[in-house]
Parts: sequence; C-alpha cells; structure tokens
Amino acid sequence: MSFEEIQAQLEEAVPGAVVEAVTEPSKDPYLVVSKDRLVEVCKALRQDAGLGFDLLVSITAVDYLPTFGKKKNAKPKEGEDWGPGHFEAVYHFLSTVLNERIVLKVRIPKGEGEPIFPTISGIYPAADWHEREAYDLMGFGFEGHPDLRRILCDDDWVGHPLRKDYVFPKEFKGISAE
Amino acid sequence: MTTGGRIQEHQEHSASGEREFVLDVRTQDMEINMGPQHPSTHGVLKVVIRADGEILTKATPHMGYIHRCAEKIAENVNYDQFVPYTDRYDYLAAMNNNLGYALVVEKAADLEVAPRATWIRMIVAELNRIGSHLIAFGTYGMDIGAFTPFLYGFREREWMMSLFEKLCGARLTYSFVFPGGLANDVPPGWFDELKRFCDVFEKKWVEYDKLLTRNKIFIERTKNVGVIPAGMALDYGLTGPCLRGSGVRYDLRESQPYLFYDQVSFDVPVGIGEMGTQGDCWDRYYVRMIEMLQSVRILRQCIERCEKDTTPGEIKGNRKKTLRVPVTEAYAGVENPRGELGHYLVGDGSDHPYRLKVRGPSFCNLSVLQELLPGTMIADAVAIIGSIDIVLGEVDR
Repeated sequence: MSFEEIQAQLEEAVPGAVVEAVTEPSKDPYLVVSKDRLVEVCKALRQDAGLGFDLLVSITAVDYLPTFGKKKNAKPKEGEDWGPGHFEAVYHFLSTVLNERIVLKVRIPKGEGEPIFPTISGIYPAADWHEREAYDLMGFGFEGHPDLRRILCDDDWVGHPLRKDYVFPKEFKGISAE
Repeated sequence: MTTGGRIQEHQEHSASGEREFVLDVRTQDMEINMGPQHPSTHGVLKVVIRADGEILTKATPHMGYIHRCAEKIAENVNYDQFVPYTDRYDYLAAMNNNLGYALVVEKAADLEVAPRATWIRMIVAELNRIGSHLIAFGTYGMDIGAFTPFLYGFREREWMMSLFEKLCGARLTYSFVFPGGLANDVPPGWFDELKRFCDVFEKKWVEYDKLLTRNKIFIERTKNVGVIPAGMALDYGLTGPCLRGSGVRYDLRESQPYLFYDQVSFDVPVGIGEMGTQGDCWDRYYVRMIEMLQSVRILRQCIERCEKDTTPGEIKGNRKKTLRVPVTEAYAGVENPRGELGHYLVGDGSDHPYRLKVRGPSFCNLSVLQELLPGTMIADAVAIIGSIDIVLGEVDR
C-alpha cells in the first residue's frame, strides 16, 4: 500500500482532518493533521480504516525557531515575516500487517501559550511514556494523559532541556557545573 | 510475608446448626523499592512495587538515573563528533548503535557507502548481536539462580571482544561505523579468525542449550511466567525478541531490509509456546538463543561475499570531509539486539543536527512492565525483568 492510498483511506475515514500531505523525493512523506482531530485519526489508523497501524514507534517533540533552515545570522528582509516559529509533535507509526510506516505531524504555532496536544495514550498505550518524555524534555502538555510527570529528569528539575531557548544551569543543588 | 496480618476466627452457624470456623488471614499492602541498586535490574532502574504478601498489585518503574540527554548533546556537536555518544546508549551493542546513527545521517545527506564497507557493517552488527545476546543469556541465568551459564557466555564474549579490539582498538565502545563508511578496513587475517570463531561458537552453543535451555529448574521458573500476548506487545510498542517471543514475526532485517540483508538468507524465530504459553519468559529467551545461531549463519554468508566480491581497502564512499546535512528530515530504523533502534534526524543545512530523536528499544520494551507485573509473584518479577532484557543506558539515554 502506498502513501497515497493510506492518505486516501484516512481522508475517507476522517474527512477534513488531514491539513497537508507532504511528499518530496528527498524526505520521508508525512501528513500534517489538525490538533483537534488527531485522536480520531489515530483511532482510524489503528482500528477503523482497515489499515492496521498497530505499533506506535515513537513520538518526537521538535522546537522550530523562525530561523530554522535560514543562513547563519540571516535577518528577515523588509516586508518578510518569518513568524514566531512552531512546536511540532511527530508521530511515527508502523503496521506489522501491511509492513508500512506512516508519519503524522501536529503543529502548534508559538505565542499561544504552552503547547498542549491531545493524548493518544488511550489508543496506543505505548504513547504513555513517549508523551511523558516529550513533556519532560520539551514541555509539551498532553490533555487527558493519565499520569503526566517527568520521566527522565529529576522531579524537581527546572525547565525543559530540549527547548531551543533552554539555559544550561550553572549549578545543581549546590554543585557547580562550571 | 504478611505485615500486620492477623487471624480472625469467625464463628458461624450453618443451616444444620453445626459450628464452623473460618480462618481469615488479613494482609496489608506493602510498598517496596526494588532498585536502583538491585542485581536483577541490570543497571540503575528502580521499580516501586506494591505487594500484597508475595503477590504484586502495582509496579511503577522509575528511571533516568543515568540520563545524559544525548539528544541535546547531538544538537551541540557535529555529525562525526556524535558517533562516540551513540556507543553509550546501548553499550552492549555499540556497533549496532553506530550503524543506526550512520544510516540516518546517510539517508538525510544522501551519501553512498562502498559495498565492502556495507558487508563489514553487517558483519560487525551480527557479531555484536551475538555478544549482546550472550550477556542476555548469561545474566538471565544468573537472575534465575544459575551462575555457570554466565561464565560460559563470557568465555565466547571475550573472544568476540578481542576480535573487535583487533578491528578498532576498543572492546566496548567502538565508534567504528561512521556516517559514510567505516573507521578502517579489517586487518589482515581477521576474517580467518572470525571464521574460526563461527565454527567454535556453534559447538559451544550446544553446550549452552544443554546447560540452561533444557534445564528443568530453568524451565519451571520461566514457562507460563510473564506471558505477553501479541496484542499487549503491540500495544506497548515492543520490538525485537520481546515482540517475536509473542509470536509476531517482525524483524526489520527481513521486513524492511537495510544494508544487504535482502541478499543473505536467515530465519526469523518466533515464540510458539514450546514449553508453556506463547509469549512467556522462556519463549523470549529462546528467540534470543536461536537468533545467535542465525547471526552465525549471516556472518558466514557475509564473509564469503565480502571476500569474493570486494577488494581489500575499498571502503571509501562519496562523502566529503566536512559533513553537512541539508534542510531535510529522515527516519531510519535498524534491528538492534533489543529491538528497533530508530533515529529521527532534522537537518538544517549546518554541520550539526537541528534535532535528533533516539527511539531506544529498551525504553519502549520496559514500558510493558507496569501492565505485566501486577498479579505475579515477587520472585517472578525478577524473571520477567530479566527476560525483557533492557540496557539502562538506552532507557535513560
């Protein structure tokens, strides 16, 4: 089953949820899904549409700065707006039945408060820990998650290390890091 | 073990008027820390367990004790400098980690690798798989209470490590597979020694099998224990021997072949419930045992093809000295001894990753514990954790 066929089946099962489908020869193809419809899409992926994407491989949190992909020290030209950047949750799924992979992305622009995504741990229990990791390291919220707390860093750690604006601590509990 | 247990006697009158005594043993739940320094956790893992007598009612794994945030480090060093860090997440399978990272960078930067380098990559990956499974085999025996298999396993592992030492100078953290190629070609005579290793190892494998696999006590401790049905394995994103032990035939080397895995023949073992139930501890253990033999089979084919088809010294690909990845993204998964090691790379045109996500198989495999442990005995918890075979360096990264 090709990417286009999976996309068509998903769009049939959950109309209007796929915002954008990106297929460039140099990249793995992916689907951008609207935040509010993510849970429906995941349900369709796993159960409804006969696709059988039974394995959640990983959830990646990415922090895109407005300067992403631009030259070093480049500034926007007059009249050009790079925007505030965005947060992205990237979901990798695998189907052991079809032997296919699919990548879903959910984007939240910066400047609208903390990024909060819907949880998919009700559909894929594996998402539980992946979402906790995304919360811990990138500060993503997951609405409806049963137990959203830090998983790798200490419980009293300050900040989310993978954020691009993270400031490295100078000391930890009185121990100098310099 | 009962805490604060008390025995109450109830006097009841049955319908016939005779007095009956009912003994009611009450126990209290008890919360116990298993780890972070516990021999069965294979590293610094803490499992907070709630036990009612000997029966677990809840298990909560706590990890992160050796968290180094390798993903953040990746954003601050260039592509080649990150290779040594990959050694250190699953330190029992450093070659496989190097390979997984090299593949994702090559995919993103569109690099070509020389055929000889590809064959050697397969050889080191399979050899490291044997070494890693030997640890799994040895320590698993030790968890259950058999010390001898551990020493047997280390005898062959020692040879495997000295082979790697001859190849790249390191015994544990190799940094041998680089994006675009290898650190160096194999030294003269290395393949001959590897062939001898294969011959000897197959004979020794029979010894292991006699020593542990068919051992009555071992079977009694592992059969029907920690049964992971296929559905639960998929729910929790299990991969590798844990998934195949549950009867799901999914091996990236076979299903989505990378390198030259489509040109060699090998079998993918799955658990069939030979001793008890499909997906029990014994099945997961035995999948690893068979995989070692399959690795030897792959090794032999790779050595033959490498010697026949390629010329020594031709390991250079088309990469330039400074490695830059364009604005792109790529995902590459490889079949590590413990499951699918995935790397997701976002490049921004510079010489270091913009974002590198490491999907460690141990991390995902470990998450099944909270579902699997409740309802089992404390002693079985040790057998179950061992059968999942985690490396904490990779869980914590």
